[in-house]
This record gives sequence, structure tokens and C-alpha cells, in this order.
Amino acid sequence: MASEDPAVLTKALESLLVEKGLITSTRIDEIVKNYEEDIGPMRGAQVVARAWSDPAYKERLLADGRAAIAEFGFTDPHGAELVVTENTDEVHNMVVCTLCSCYPWSVLGLPPTWYKSFAYRSRAVSEPRTVLKEFDLDLPESTEVRVWDSNSDIRYMVLPKRPAGTEAMSEDALAEIVTRDSMIGVGEVALGSDR
Amino acid sequence: MDGVHDMGGMHGFGPIVRDELSYHDEWEVRVHGISNAMAVNGGGRFSLESLDPAVYLGSSYYERWLLARINTLLQSGVITQDEFDASVANYATNQQADLPADDPEAYAKALSAGDARDTEPSVDATAPRFDVGDQVVVCTIHPDGHTRLPRYVRGRRGTVILRYRPQGFQDHEPIDDQDGVQPMYAVRFEGTELWGDQAEINSSVVLDMWESYLEEEVATDGE
Repeated sequence: MASEDPAVLTKALESLLVEKGLITSTRIDEIVKNYEEDIGPMRGAQVVARAWSDPAYKERLLADGRAAIAEFGFTDPHGAELVVTENTDEVHNMVVCTLCSCYPWSVLGLPPTWYKSFAYRSRAVSEPRTVLKEFDLDLPESTEVRVWDSNSDIRYMVLPKRPAGTEAMSEDALAEIVTRDSMIGVGEVALGSDR
Repeated sequence: MDGVHDMGGMHGFGPIVRDELSYHDEWEVRVHGISNAMAVNGGGRFSLESLDPAVYLGSSYYERWLLARINTLLQSGVITQDEFDASVANYATNQQADLPADDPEAYAKALSAGDARDTEPSVDATAPRFDVGDQVVVCTIHPDGHTRLPRYVRGRRGTVILRYRPQGFQDHEPIDDQDGVQPMYAVRFEGTELWGDQAEINSSVVLDMWESYLEEEVATDGE
């Protein structure tokens, strides 16, 4: 079966499920459109920008990520727990799923292919510094690199460090410079970076 | 199960290739949509893990999703091999052939039947045994069914750093009443505890641990 063209297998599957009333093509279209247009890392960036701008919000976010993120209306239909971990000079957090591909999609959208790759899944836990260097991030030895392996249904997002020189920036302007990689923990936010 | 999907710490997969795309082809988008929309159990994590290891390693991400869904539906008898083969033959001849018309009424009925089935058991979690700061040891298990306990952390010592709301145990798919809900912790492991001398300096890994994965660290006499 694996040698069959996956495009053909997919259509054969959809066709049978539609015929049996177990799916509708309309519903598939809606889901696809939702991911393409509404769910993406701009959501997480808004959350980060607010945490940088509003200390009370940041406190709520770190205490209960799911509830604080729900203030934006971003929720997981399964009610999954969402934990936000803060990067500091002492600890740098990064997220992986070694068993599968778990990802905080309700705030970051669909994961990039590298996040689901065997190389990232196998190496992020055992050689995180080497992996981060492949993302052009070279951290000092004095900073603990803490890798969160999302092995349960809890999802993780990183709160990156706010870069120096951004003190005067508005929340909206800050959201523009927060990258997806910084919220997975394989990058840092820099002035002039662009999602 | 101790399959090829349990990749933490494995060697040989090479450098990270920075492929930023989520999809590479239209059918992948469709597979993702189908997986989210279908009104029957199309196979969870265990069906992905149960793929032939060579197929698992040799397939793209959404190919694994597709093959796991097909296998599950064939095994559960939701679709038969004959009708699937016929459908494949039909679209192999003409990929542009039309899909059947939607039946929204039947779909709605199937969805509500599925919702009724998927209701989680209302088993209360017991009071948590561990506190933040406790030293714990991860149990050693070797189950042939689904587990969320990666090989690389079994038998290792760590420290509880967070206590979460209780979570439904996942080690037997689908969830049954006996599994219930357990206290859940974030446990931090030093890199050296997991990887010995090969550990990178000042590195650690945090994993989610259901309480039944953990044992209390017992001090050894005379040491």
C-alpha cells in the first residue's frame, strides 16, 4: 500500500468516508481554511507582546497559560493545558516532542516540517546546544538549556526575552518582531527580526 | 510500545534541515483536514506507532498519518479492503473523478454518536503524592501497548518542578475507566543523569509525568 500514490489513497479515503456519511468535504474545507487563514504564530506573538507590556498579564500567563491565553479567545477544542515557560539569562527553554509531533498549535498554528523531523525529535533532548547552534543560537555555558519534551497532552510555549532597545515600542509593534522560532525556543527575538 | 517512534537520544538522523513549510502537497492538506473532521475513531497515536518500522521511517509525516488512518479504518471494519481497493482503482484511473455528494445529516448523526462515546470517565484523581522539590525515580516499564514514557528517561532520577492539574492517563488507547485521571507533574532531569559524560554542559530535560510513572527516591543506608 505504501507504494501507492498518496494523493490517490487520500482521495479514495475521503470518497469512502463521504459516501458513508462519516465526513463531509465541506467540513474538511472549513478546517483547512481555518488553519490557513486564522491560526498561526501571530497569535502567540500577541500573547508575548502583551506579557512584555503588561506585568500583571505576564504573571497570569506564567501562572496559568491556558486561562491567560483564553483572554485572547485562543482556545484548544480539547481544552488542553498550555504552559508558558519564561526565558531568562539563567534559563533558556526549548520545546520538542520526541514521541510524536505535539505542538501548541492553538497559539502557533501548524508546526514546520523541521519540528516534526527525526533529526529534531532525536537530538533536541540529548544535544540541545548543538541543535541550537544549527539555528544560529549560541548560548553561554552559564545559561541552563532546559528542553521540554511534550510527552503528555500538555502543550508548551516559550516566552522569549524582550530585546533591549524596545522599551518605547507599542504592544502592536512588539508583536511584529516576535518570531515563531523564539516561541518554540530555537531562536531569540531581535530588533528588526520579522515573523 | 518501544518502537522507532520513541526517538529521544537516537543517533544517525543527521543535521536539522530547516524546512519551514507545514505542507508540501495538496493531498497533505486534505489528510490533515480528514483527520480532524472524521466522525469515527481514525486511529490515535498507537496506530502511528504500530506502522511497520521501515514504513514509519521511510514515509513523510502526512503519509504516516494517512497510512495509520487507513489501517485503523480497515481493522475496525468501518471500511472493507474490497471497497477501499475499488475506490483506489477508481481514482488511480482518473484522479480528477468527482467525490460523492456530502450527506450532512448522516455526518451530524455520526458526530453526535462519537461525542457520546468519547466522554471521559469521571474518575477523580487521588491527592498528589509528591510536592515541588521532591526527588523521584521513574519506573522501568516495557509495555507493548501505547505509552507516553520515553525509553531514555526510564529508571532515571529527577526533581518535581511543577504540579499540574490532574490529567487523563493515556497509556491504554482508548481511555477506559480504570485508567482514570492522575496527578501530573513536570519533572526535571539533569542532562548528565540521562546522557552521562555525553551530556552537554548545563543542560536539562523536563518531562510530564503521571503519578504512576514515579517512585519516591529512597535514601540508601550507609551511604
